Amino acid sequence: MKNPLDSLWGTVIAGFVLTIILYYIVKTAIGG
Amino acid sequence: MEMLPGIYRWIHVMAGIMWVGLLYYFNFVQVPAMKAAQADSSAAGISKHVAPRALFYFRWAALVTWLAGAALLSSHFVAAFTFQAGYQKIGVGAWLGTIMLLNVWGIIWPNQKKILGLVPATEEQKNKARRIAFLASRTNTALSIPMLFFMVAQTHIPL
Repeated sequence: MKNPLDSLWGTVIAGFVLTIILYYIVKTAIGG
Repeated sequence: MEMLPGIYRWIHVMAGIMWVGLLYYFNFVQVPAMKAAQADSSAAGISKHVAPRALFYFRWAALVTWLAGAALLSSHFVAAFTFQAGYQKIGVGAWLGTIMLLNVWGIIWPNQKKILGLVPATEEQKNKARRIAFLASRTNTALSIPMLFFMVAQTHIPL
């Protein structure tokens, strides 16, 4: 499997995916 | 004294713009430009004259950003880093920023010193350093996206 960080746009997409994952983790932690 | 938090925030934002701005410059501009420049043998100018200056402001801006952020958190520092109630969002932003700072000073800069010839390294060590510094820089670019989201979210995005 190709490392997404080798591609600039793969890096940007990885950043947005991580944002969504952390968003739901924090939202759950807050109890929202 | 009552101006201090505002001053810390101002410095935090200014240094943060320089840090993340140069991070994006490296990833969006310099790395692709180096590939093109190597093809027509003009890469030496970037390596010799541009990269060392950009790296200087990059790594020191990273440290100033973190220190100003820590000063801004002040007595809330521990609450943020331990994700206490009301501090979860800024806590995530602060941890991501801290990981990025450690990446800069602990991985990117030591490897860039080998690449730029500031410390002795064989060609094989330089090639390895290039790959490590590249991936650490790309990791920071990816981390900057949620980091900025959670920095903004603390006050402006309800969860």
